[in-house]
Amino acid sequence: MIGGNSMTSPTTTIAPARAGRTGGSGLWKNIKRHKSVYLLASISLTYFVIFKYVPIWNAQIAFKDFMALDGVLGSPWVGLQNFKDFVNSYYFWELIRNTVMYSIGKMIFSIPAAIFLSVTLYECRIFFLRKSVQTLAYLPHFLSWVIMYAILLAILSPSNGIVNDVIKLFGGEPISFLTDAKAFPWIVILSDMWKEMGWSAIIFLAALMGIDPSLFEAATVEGASAWQRVRYITLPSIRPVIVMVFLLRLGTILDAGFNQIFMLYSLPVYSVADIIDTWIYRQGLLEFRFGLATAVGLFKGVFGLILIVVSNRLIRKHTDSGLY
Amino acid sequence: MKSSIRLTKSDKFFHFLVNTSLFVILAIFVIPIWSTITLSFRPNTFIGSALDGMLLAPWKWSTSAYEALLGHRAFLTSTFNSFRIFFQGVATALFLTVPLAYILSIKTLPGRKLLYGIVIIPYLFNVGLIPNYLLVAKLGLMDKLAAVYLPGAISVYNTLIMKSFFEGISEELKESARIDGASEITVLLKIILPLSKPILLTIGLYYGVHFWNDFFNAMLYLNDSALQPLPILLRNILLSSGMNEYVEVNAFGEAPIAAIKAASVLLAAIPMLIAYPFIQRYFVKGTMLGSVKG
Repeated sequence: MIGGNSMTSPTTTIAPARAGRTGGSGLWKNIKRHKSVYLLASISLTYFVIFKYVPIWNAQIAFKDFMALDGVLGSPWVGLQNFKDFVNSYYFWELIRNTVMYSIGKMIFSIPAAIFLSVTLYECRIFFLRKSVQTLAYLPHFLSWVIMYAILLAILSPSNGIVNDVIKLFGGEPISFLTDAKAFPWIVILSDMWKEMGWSAIIFLAALMGIDPSLFEAATVEGASAWQRVRYITLPSIRPVIVMVFLLRLGTILDAGFNQIFMLYSLPVYSVADIIDTWIYRQGLLEFRFGLATAVGLFKGVFGLILIVVSNRLIRKHTDSGLY
Repeated sequence: MKSSIRLTKSDKFFHFLVNTSLFVILAIFVIPIWSTITLSFRPNTFIGSALDGMLLAPWKWSTSAYEALLGHRAFLTSTFNSFRIFFQGVATALFLTVPLAYILSIKTLPGRKLLYGIVIIPYLFNVGLIPNYLLVAKLGLMDKLAAVYLPGAISVYNTLIMKSFFEGISEELKESARIDGASEITVLLKIILPLSKPILLTIGLYYGVHFWNDFFNAMLYLNDSALQPLPILLRNILLSSGMNEYVEVNAFGEAPIAAIKAASVLLAAIPMLIAYPFIQRYFVKGTMLGSVKG
């Protein structure tokens, strides 16, 4: 154990006085006075700078023709060439389209599903049913996409999957869902919904728990039906949370779910499956076009930052909370 | 609430619909999981539809897929690697996250705003894969297990959840200890941490689940097959159609390959299923804390 703690002076306290708030140097002095606190976190901070800020420094190769031998600093500058290559690339619009299609598609399906789940759970009077659904619905969030892929193989397989069994039962032709360009986007959206809807429902459920019960009592006394209670009390009460969740998702619209797509896609479905992140991976680490791949990553990072700042502004405007 | 009030016809219908919906939702979650479980026990001699397979009586189940996996070296090595990544990762992550969350939670800390900015910027601005890859390569972490967990050993999100929890601990308690001459390390170790067991468990498990599930970092940074964790082996098994270069020919004996695939992921999910009830107890609180501005 770290029992000795000889490295900190025992007299240091966190003075609430904030005596030295007269400017930059005052702040610095004040920080130095509290160096024992900073010392405590020094390893974490060093780690943080190395693992979070060196990559930002490395991102300069987006403007360079990166050569592994020359390193980050030694590679020659090429200006915006990498960005131009990306924007003019045959794949540019396809990648943007797929990425946005998956983000929006997931949002349109899984948020309403989560709202529906949370409201039904909230209204359900059968304890056992409620608990079983909750336990099972939260679980898939903790499964990796590798495991999800195995589950999808088990139910979607053309030869021995239950889904194709049902299709055959109704006289249809079995579909090879994971390699069929028409079916693939649906598999992505619906499997994400299956995995995440329980988890997404938690935040709505928590909001529902916060509704003042006297509202329901008053409504019932006034003769409101269960439907009317949902329509005029339950849903309006969680409206701010719904708005917040939608806006948060808008902020991450360029993250279409790398792990999922990477696990599920294959050559026959690239044209509908390839998203910005999977493309970055292949360009960068399979074709070694580091500069180009970094430029695309940086493009996505900057765009994502703008989106998240905007959505956070909107959240602050429409609700009382914010992301940061 | 809503207890002794007589239900009208439409209210009864409403509750009927609510319960039916939940039963349907329950089925939507049970069927895929049950399909996978029964598939893993399907004997080689099985003939019939998927539905027949799902309803196959347990005494006709075959454990050959599990026997094959548990008797296979690569599977055992990968499991061992996964456990190493799990424990080393969680220990490292908590060791790094706790002090950062703690100093962020000190409201009177000079430079707190600046520090908060430093922590939040990488969270909002993600430069992507390649710059991180270059860093890991530069640090000489290639083919080291640490490459899997070190890049994610401080998650800003987890740090902020933990910080909110620390902020909730009574300020007087900390202040009185400081007045008594306790150093910051003593305050953290003797006062904060004993009161923070639920959050340490929750965040530790969040990290643990993340490291246990990770296949991407392992795929990028571990080329040595002796170091590969479970997700990589699983992925190779899943992507193989029968047998291929990743999985040795006949490595898994008699069991059908579909059963092997199902059994392998179920085995890999067991530690998660054990941890799950513990996480479930706390994660509602955790997610709520995370969504509230700090």
